[in-house]
Amino acid sequence: MADDIRSLTANLAHDPDSLAFLQLGEALRSAGRLDAAVRVVQTGLERHRGNADAHDLHARILVDAGNIAAAADAWGRALALAPRHVGALKGLAFLAFQEGDIDTALDRLETALSEDPSDPSVVQALQAVREEGARLEAEIRLRAGADIFAGFEGADHGLLLLNERGLVLGGALRDPADDDVAEEVAGYVAGAAREATRAARLLELGDWRSLVVEAADGHLHVSLPTPDTVLLVKRERAVPPGRVGLLARRAATAARVWVEAQR
Amino acid sequence: MTERLHEALDRVTRVRGVRGVLLVGLDDGLVVADAVMEGVRANAVAALAASLVQRLARATATSGIGQPGFLHLEAERGALLTLAVRERLMLVTVAEPGVNVGLVRLELLRAGAEVR
Repeated sequence: MADDIRSLTANLAHDPDSLAFLQLGEALRSAGRLDAAVRVVQTGLERHRGNADAHDLHARILVDAGNIAAAADAWGRALALAPRHVGALKGLAFLAFQEGDIDTALDRLETALSEDPSDPSVVQALQAVREEGARLEAEIRLRAGADIFAGFEGADHGLLLLNERGLVLGGALRDPADDDVAEEVAGYVAGAAREATRAARLLELGDWRSLVVEAADGHLHVSLPTPDTVLLVKRERAVPPGRVGLLARRAATAARVWVEAQR
Repeated sequence: MTERLHEALDRVTRVRGVRGVLLVGLDDGLVVADAVMEGVRANAVAALAASLVQRLARATATSGIGQPGFLHLEAERGALLTLAVRERLMLVTVAEPGVNVGLVRLELLRAGAEVR
């Protein structure tokens, strides 16, 4: 490494107008000599102000030095010169991710990927950001559910409120392996609720009030707290169906209050 | 259908409020056997019940609780109850509101034993 730096320093000294400062700056950065790296890049930028790679390198050195605001400015300058500069896009995505701005991070990384689909670091970063986004979304949904069914037994795994089109409004539903199955089951339950309405109408039974299913390993209780929402309660088989019904009635009241508050 | 199954279906209809009971194919919603009061449209009941159970089966399977066994649709002017009795067959009951669901369930289980 030291030999490389010596050799690159000699090259730059021999031709100060060349782009050798980029390699030297990168080598100094890799060696952890951040002050020297900054000096080399800033000197190079005096001659190559319009070089987007130089601004990208400058930004990366600044990040390593902990100067995040200045790094963001440097990457901004790189993008102003080359709007699809992969390094700058990755850098700004990283900063957005650090600030919790998942949408901006995804936007930057997707642009970077469209520019260079073969860059494995972009692919990996995109995957990591998507996973974090999904995790945050699940957390937000869990919090929303806790708001609707706060204090209810099983609110974090067996109480779900959805709209008539099968979109989750709140609550949570997990299978025995603790996987989140809320969205998938919501779609099926909304379809079943429509089918129950159709059956009740065609058989002249009037409006239906509840739909209770006993399965091998548990119960489902479906009801309509309001005309445009569906409540699903899931409980394990050991819980008596009558108790599930009582819980469903209390949860339906909480759901009605919540729906009314949203209007 | 065996005589014992006929007798079992009759026993279900003797529960107060039960208007009819049918043995139905789950996949095609067709009536295999029935004992229903006049005015009960057996074919419609069978088809609608089968369709409802099929839709709910996706929800129960994805929820990780297995296939539906007993189902109770409670409505303003009556109820629909079904019980899976054997692979791809189910018993379906139409009843008045306020029927003793526990008793119907018991008689359906007894009738189901004759189908197995």
